[in-house]
Amino acid sequence: MVVNCEQVWREISNYLEGDIEPNLRAAIEEHFRGCKHCTAVLDGTRNVIQLYGDERMVEVPLGFSHRLHRRLEENMASGRRSFLGWMVAAAAAILVAGGFEMGRSSVFSHPELRSEHAQPGSGVPPNMMVVVSEEGKTFHVPGCPFIHDKARLRTIAAREAIREGYAPCVRCMRKYLSASLISPSASADSEAQVSGSGNPNLRIKRG
Amino acid sequence: MPEEVMSLGSPAGQFNEELLIRRIRDGEHDLFYELIRPYERRVYSAALAILRNEADAEDAAQEAVLKALKHIRQFRAEARFSTWLIQIVVNEARMRKRKEHAHMIEPIVDHQDEEGNYTPRDFADWREIPSETLERKEVRQRLAEALASLGEKYREVFVLRDMQHLSIEETAKTLGITTASVKTRLLRARLMLRDLLAPGLGGDWNSKLSFAKGTKPW
Repeated sequence: MVVNCEQVWREISNYLEGDIEPNLRAAIEEHFRGCKHCTAVLDGTRNVIQLYGDERMVEVPLGFSHRLHRRLEENMASGRRSFLGWMVAAAAAILVAGGFEMGRSSVFSHPELRSEHAQPGSGVPPNMMVVVSEEGKTFHVPGCPFIHDKARLRTIAAREAIREGYAPCVRCMRKYLSASLISPSASADSEAQVSGSGNPNLRIKRG
Repeated sequence: MPEEVMSLGSPAGQFNEELLIRRIRDGEHDLFYELIRPYERRVYSAALAILRNEADAEDAAQEAVLKALKHIRQFRAEARFSTWLIQIVVNEARMRKRKEHAHMIEPIVDHQDEEGNYTPRDFADWREIPSETLERKEVRQRLAEALASLGEKYREVFVLRDMQHLSIEETAKTLGITTASVKTRLLRARLMLRDLLAPGLGGDWNSKLSFAKGTKPW
């Protein structure tokens, strides 16, 4: 195979890359032996690659490294700040949610009811005077026939009764209870207690 | 700091780099300094070659490094970290260049025929490179000017292949072009640079260089 100058120039880059067929490589090398111009082009091209491939070719501005690291530091610090901010926000959200949840809990708004099936007396006027007995689980309007232990009665404000865990009597306090939770049969029982809120089914239990 | 992360230049550097990357991903972000340190020059150099302005290059280089940190989890171990990093730099620099020129009328397309033959302008003999050549500031400046005078598509390929030492395939992937285009552009870039530099570097430095006169042989 014989190649001319144009063919050599076209392949000179691939030749330097070693990306060339053996036959073509041999032909080009043969050409170089007899062509001063192409040899000059080859040498010059090789020098270009060598010079530009040297990392000294580019001068990095003074302080480049320092400024780069400072920017990285700032970025990381701001990342940490946003992470911290996120953590604070998350903690605040947890507190708020926790507070809300606690607010819903029996300890804060509805003390633990003496009856596990009773409906809380949230609808009862807090200042209304009601009667409770030591052994009973419900509070009543004075004179309610369904008071359980008439010997040990106390008359207290409804809010106090609620705080102490008494539930409203479904009979005498009926008008203050959630209508949806009351079944007609429940009203016939003085200590009928309403099962968990939201459940329309009633469980009747003697107080 | 553990010894293994302190010696990226050692034969075990590749392993150390992987270890560093793993630890950074696991939250030790401070180690990113160690990971990036050997590549600072290359990062700047790649940005400069594309943007041709020191201030813009530094800003783009910094931005690219921050992006590399941010997206370190996306780095796939099958690639070289340096290649991945340089790709980010090139993308950042190109994006800035596009923004910079967005308001300008699109320049006339370079009509150079990529597939056409390239004829060297002269055959100045440039056999020897004095070892101290690059120590001379004026030489570095001449080289930088010659590179800057190349058309963008040639400059980008040349920078990635011959200055950043990416493979032909990596260069093609980074620029979104075919390997055939990389080879063609690389050939032209190298020959053009030789034409620009050989008469000066190969012989008398005081001779008037073509690019110094503002003329191009292509």
